[in-house]
Amino acid sequence: MAAGANEMKKTNRKYRYGMVIDLDACTGCGACMVACAAENNLAPAPAKVTDRTSITLMRVFQVKEPAPMPARKTAFVPMMCMQCDDPPCEHVCPQQAVELDPRTGIVDQMVQRCFGCRYCMAACPFHARYFNWFDPEWPAGMEQTLNPAVAPRMRGVVEKCDLCHGRFHEAQDRAAMEGSDNITYQPACAEACPAQAIRIGDLNNPDDPIQVQIGKPETFQFLVKLGTKPKMYYQSKHDWVKRLAERDSANGNSNRRDA
Amino acid sequence: MRSAIFFLTGVAMMLLGGWVGLPKVLYKQQAQPLDFSHKAHVVKAEMDCTGCHDFREDGSFAGVPKLDNCAGCHAEPVGTTANEKKLVEAHVTPEKEIGWLVYSKQPINTRFSHAIHVKKAELKCERCHGEHGKTETLRPYEYNVVSGYSRDIWGRSVSRLRRASHEGMKMDDCMDCHKEKGAVAGCLGCHR
Repeated sequence: MAAGANEMKKTNRKYRYGMVIDLDACTGCGACMVACAAENNLAPAPAKVTDRTSITLMRVFQVKEPAPMPARKTAFVPMMCMQCDDPPCEHVCPQQAVELDPRTGIVDQMVQRCFGCRYCMAACPFHARYFNWFDPEWPAGMEQTLNPAVAPRMRGVVEKCDLCHGRFHEAQDRAAMEGSDNITYQPACAEACPAQAIRIGDLNNPDDPIQVQIGKPETFQFLVKLGTKPKMYYQSKHDWVKRLAERDSANGNSNRRDA
Repeated sequence: MRSAIFFLTGVAMMLLGGWVGLPKVLYKQQAQPLDFSHKAHVVKAEMDCTGCHDFREDGSFAGVPKLDNCAGCHAEPVGTTANEKKLVEAHVTPEKEIGWLVYSKQPINTRFSHAIHVKKAELKCERCHGEHGKTETLRPYEYNVVSGYSRDIWGRSVSRLRRASHEGMKMDDCMDCHKEKGAVAGCLGCHR
């Protein structure tokens, strides 16, 4: 009986996946974006697509230090869904198509349920959500490259990073096969990063190596002041990069286009 | 009064026509490429379900076995049936896969983990697949002409009122069992 109760407790282990991204290591190569698109079956963008209507679940932004030219430094910031613990997108969804999974801490987007009102896109302070403006179309033969673990999305629904849920499923299968309860996996972006700047870990587990990274003084998060409790952490030893995290539009949002 | 009787008779006839006729219009049949006796393999050859429908090392489920699996025993006919002869001559020797039609095939946005249900939750195959492992012939595959899904997803019974516990593989059927066992999976637990 006691063993049974213990068994039950074991199977209900709760994860809180989060990532730490080292901005000083990131070279801005964009391998994470490519790996992400390939993993998640993103269709090639049609010719008419614009910056606003394209889909990049993971996006590397270039930011520049606000200083005169010779001294000006550049950094690259990979941005994706921050998997907030208090996600504004979930609160605004009229269709209950967004759900914070209590077992994984991942903010689930149910594209099958989404009807495309895009409230969540307006609510997300990180611009991590994308709308499918066009039918996904693959050139003949390219459908062979599709990942069977991820269903393609249709036109008219919103999608976002779900921390490579297909890979999570595979890790779950592996763990069930081994009879273990330890579900560890690498999202496509973390696996592809040549600088190993992206690390994933279980924030609920005090022994996870990610806790050491989070405890470092150079670790920060974007827009903490909004209280959405993001689970994505960033690291930089440069103060000007860290200051970006709390920057708002009134105090210069010009770091994307000033050349 | 008479008009009411006529009206109700009309309604009854339409309903009856719908219940009887609709499944015939809605579902199309397709014969399996080869007949297969589960009974001969499970009872006579004393094999286990997992002898052919096995897990891979990484925990993924192989599902309906590939030709290699059959060829392991049937490189040459071991019995005398016409079906086996066909298997050896039309498939094993020319190395041509058998295009089985899978009764329990789910839509692509559905994720079902056999590893979690069979290894971890210790469900029996029969819980969802019924007595399929004891059948002597493969019944024709039926699919819904509108959705293209296998008829087994909805279940044989069109009204779904009187059906066996394993019948139907709709999300509702999954949820009934999940609620019963108190197993919470979340949306992306079973969708992808």
